[in-house]
Amino acid sequence: MLLINCPYCEETLPELEFAYAGEAHIDRPADPSALTDEEWRDFLFIRTNARGTHFERWRHIGCGRFFNAARDTVSDRFLTTYKAGQPRPDLKEAAE
Amino acid sequence: MNRYRIPGRGRVDHDAPVSFTFDGKSYQGLRGDTVASALLANGVHLMGRSFKYHRPRGAVTAGSEEPNALIGTSRGPGRFEPNTRATMQELRQGLVTESQNKWPRLSFDIGAVNDRAYMLFSAGFYYKTFMWPRSFWDKVYEPFIRAAAGLGKSPSEEDPDTYASRYLHTDVLVVGAGPAGIAAAHSAALAGARVVLVDENSEMGGSILSDPSVRVDKAGSWTWLASRLAELRALGVRMMTRTTAIGYYHQNMVALCERLTDHLDDLPQDAPRERMWRVRAQQVILAQGALEKPLVFDGNDRPGVMLAGAAQTYLNRYGVRVGDNVAVLTSHDSAWYAAFDLADAGSRIAAIIDTRDDLRADLANAAATRGIRVLKGHTATGTKGRLRIASVRVNPVAGGRVGKPAKIACDALLMSGGWTPSLHLFSHTKGSLAWDADSKTFLPDHKTEACQIAGAGRGLWGYEAALVDGNAAGMAAVKAMGLTISEGRFEVEGDRPGTGSSQKELPTDRSAGKAKAFVDFQNDVTAKDLRLAVREGMRSIEHVKRYTTNGMATDQGKMSNINGLMIAADALGKEPPQVGLTTFRPPYTPTSFGAFAGYMRGETFQLTRKTPIDGWAEAHGAAFEPVAQWRRAWYFPQPGEDMHAAVARECRATRASVGIFDASTLGKIEVAGPDAVEFMNRMYTNPWTKLGIGRCRYGLLLGEDGFIRDDGVIGRMSPDLFHVTTTTGGAARVLNMMEDYLQTEWPDLNVWLTSTTEQWATIALNGPNARKVLEPLVDGLDLSGAAFPHMSVAECSVAGLPARLFRLSFTGELGFEINVPARHGLTLWNALMESGKAYDICPYGTETMHVLRAEKGYIIVGQDTDGTVTPQDAGLTWAIGKKKPDFVGKRSLERPDLVTSGRKQLVGLLTEDGSKLEEGAQIVLDPNQPKPMKMVGHVTSSYDCGTLGYPIAMAVIEGGHDRMGETVHIPMPGGIQRAKITSTVFYDPDGERLKA
Ligand SMILES: [Zn+2]
Repeated sequence: MLLINCPYCEETLPELEFAYAGEAHIDRPADPSALTDEEWRDFLFIRTNARGTHFERWRHIGCGRFFNAARDTVSDRFLTTYKAGQPRPDLKEAAE
Repeated sequence: MNRYRIPGRGRVDHDAPVSFTFDGKSYQGLRGDTVASALLANGVHLMGRSFKYHRPRGAVTAGSEEPNALIGTSRGPGRFEPNTRATMQELRQGLVTESQNKWPRLSFDIGAVNDRAYMLFSAGFYYKTFMWPRSFWDKVYEPFIRAAAGLGKSPSEEDPDTYASRYLHTDVLVVGAGPAGIAAAHSAALAGARVVLVDENSEMGGSILSDPSVRVDKAGSWTWLASRLAELRALGVRMMTRTTAIGYYHQNMVALCERLTDHLDDLPQDAPRERMWRVRAQQVILAQGALEKPLVFDGNDRPGVMLAGAAQTYLNRYGVRVGDNVAVLTSHDSAWYAAFDLADAGSRIAAIIDTRDDLRADLANAAATRGIRVLKGHTATGTKGRLRIASVRVNPVAGGRVGKPAKIACDALLMSGGWTPSLHLFSHTKGSLAWDADSKTFLPDHKTEACQIAGAGRGLWGYEAALVDGNAAGMAAVKAMGLTISEGRFEVEGDRPGTGSSQKELPTDRSAGKAKAFVDFQNDVTAKDLRLAVREGMRSIEHVKRYTTNGMATDQGKMSNINGLMIAADALGKEPPQVGLTTFRPPYTPTSFGAFAGYMRGETFQLTRKTPIDGWAEAHGAAFEPVAQWRRAWYFPQPGEDMHAAVARECRATRASVGIFDASTLGKIEVAGPDAVEFMNRMYTNPWTKLGIGRCRYGLLLGEDGFIRDDGVIGRMSPDLFHVTTTTGGAARVLNMMEDYLQTEWPDLNVWLTSTTEQWATIALNGPNARKVLEPLVDGLDLSGAAFPHMSVAECSVAGLPARLFRLSFTGELGFEINVPARHGLTLWNALMESGKAYDICPYGTETMHVLRAEKGYIIVGQDTDGTVTPQDAGLTWAIGKKKPDFVGKRSLERPDLVTSGRKQLVGLLTEDGSKLEEGAQIVLDPNQPKPMKMVGHVTSSYDCGTLGYPIAMAVIEGGHDRMGETVHIPMPGGIQRAKITSTVFYDPDGERLKA
């Protein structure tokens, strides 16, 4: 079972307390009606499916907050977690 | 006294006899015995029949890797356990055991005919033998496979035992309490770390328990062991025996299964049988030792043939000689020590047959001193003896040629094909392995977890090496935690180091194709099977494994993996590391379902949510149904009524006068804040800006993909407060979705979301007399149709309780939903029942609710929709706020796939003959078309009783909205039903009754 750090609670807690919530940094377009069918399809369905570092969203069921994480999909290891709305972190820094 | 027991020898208690039965016959063993050691002490080697060929088999090991000696054990009703390893089951008074896979009896078995039909059951036989003729499948093959499949009998009664589960956090977890594990735990504990030491056996010591002759720190090894264990205890190390580390998971979580009662004579009151531990350790030390490999030759499975290390364990730990006249066949030095110990204990050693040409001089001398005949550079090519080995056939091998055979009489044959480091747990972590060409074994390489591997588990051999390495592993573990400790020193005398060579199957002078040279004993896989698999085109070791089932038995190939690999690699003409090893998966050893389930069984398997009115419903004879996690009253049968009659009565009563319904399970969310109306506009399809205070509206929620996710009536309590209801099963999902948008897409909105599902009890009153029942109880509100019309909401007092009162209807009748604080739910229910007496108020359940709503064509999200239904498909276009610039899912409603024609649309169905349709039944347009027919939709809801006197149904049908009045066909096993497509509104289409 993974241990996950909630950036809001600042606690590292077992995976049981968290729910996965899909890929991160996919912003809902401000004006969906301005998008072509293809652009809207990409927003809805097209995902990175990364082998390696994957930026994704999780929800801490305990505090209810959604946050972002970088996880290695090969080793299944969390590289870092950060609050919703923050930019992708520099992972070289996170590795240290 | 047992014939093969040496008085006073071993760790068993010679003054404590224990009686048990095996296949109905009584035997006596000693306290400390396993079933296997006790049977061997009685001269019994035959313990079971093999899975496929029903060949007679005996214990081949003395540990948890045992593939053969699987028995059924029992201690009274419900406590029968199949496939218990006789080598692990400790003896207890009155233990009842039985052998498996035999009929009519162990010594004479009809199924052994399979053995004669050996050619039929070769590799891939499942895929070949049962192919044809087709007509044989039902009557011959399937019954045969079913009878043959599975090991042992499965228990037929509910397990009366309880199982516990616990969490444990520690600095260092040491798995395996042999010399390496003990040394590791010692140094880690001395350094000040919290240490847990676990071992699957009944006592700690590992290989030391089988080697009392070695001396450590100037004491006999058993004396050293006792004092070292006492020291660990004094240092506060948590020591757990009978505890198997079954799985190694992410971030150093290890699952342990602790067996608590199977070894006890009497069951303690209320004690759990097993306990599952979830341990999180900063550092894990794997000191699981190594597993001895069999040698692969014709007849290597005959009872009396066993691993040399096992014989040494039976002798030294249990005081049991496995035979009077013992032959030893080996390719590793370790088996020589077993021969010496047995010779010194009074057994005759018929010969030591070593496959190697170069022998260690000290071993050869020690054999000569004891007068033991030594054959070097030899192979074994067969064994004889019906239910027990009587002789072994051996041949010299020179320059690759197998010479003339000779027969050596024996009543036991000890074999050793060297040792395999036990790396199962390490493999669970995806730790990589590296092939060591010298020892021909895989050794741990790259680690993925914070762990250390010590001793024989990384290929080190001999006591001193294991102790030194364990000590170092303990130091390394605590160093990673910032603790230090100086190096421990060990003085070992009489150490038993050794080396050996790994083999494919031994060379033979006979036809290799006829040899029954077993690689996987439990699944009856031979060397021939593996070679056949390669000949038939299997190239990957994973394919070879599945085709032959090698390593797929409950022992997961603990004994067979490396032998199988050596043979497959040879057949493929590759080096073993190029072929690779199959994957080990948890659990390390078979684990009971009870241990996994723990407390999660029966009523605690899943949470059951109950409403405040649940107790009343139960007392009034309600039948219940589960809805999401709720237990809901389904219908209220009166004496003599079945479900059909009860539901028909409830429907009639509600439409004629008044019905009362517990709707407390409805999801409820409070949406509050200055931006609440904007938030609602963005989430739901409907427009909310102009919804007046005190008014409510049907709300429709889509996913961003445009499909219906949920619905419910939503009331505006004040400018900045909405009372949202959701479906019973959708409450948590809807709140999660709202939170997601609020937190991550629109964090600028000033809105608060609160689940209030369990804060409100909700009671629905429906029927023409609903107002008359409610009115006398209401304070502070005019309930008249003019003052409080359909789709109104207000805060008021009902039966003296603070209430949120909705006027709405899910039945098509005049209806109210009264919300009061949950703790008052039952009070309100009783008050309404009392007030309703004059109108024959009728409590109804979910089934009547379903019928009444279906008569009105109200959908149930999740029943009439399935996640691919748009508002347009469901006929709910009216619920969309078309002037709104955006809402969740709006853009998707213009996706090409969603505006195309021929989508499945929700319609009503009426059968021509008045028969009822089956929910889920498929619909076709032309019943005469060739099969497979084109299915154009399915029935989503169907009810056969209600107000109308004939059954009604709803269905989704391709282009259904344009097919009104058309006839469709529903092919069923009993014939084809014909039905007419209608509107979904079957009752009171103009909604006159709502307006009352
Ligand atoms: Zn949190």
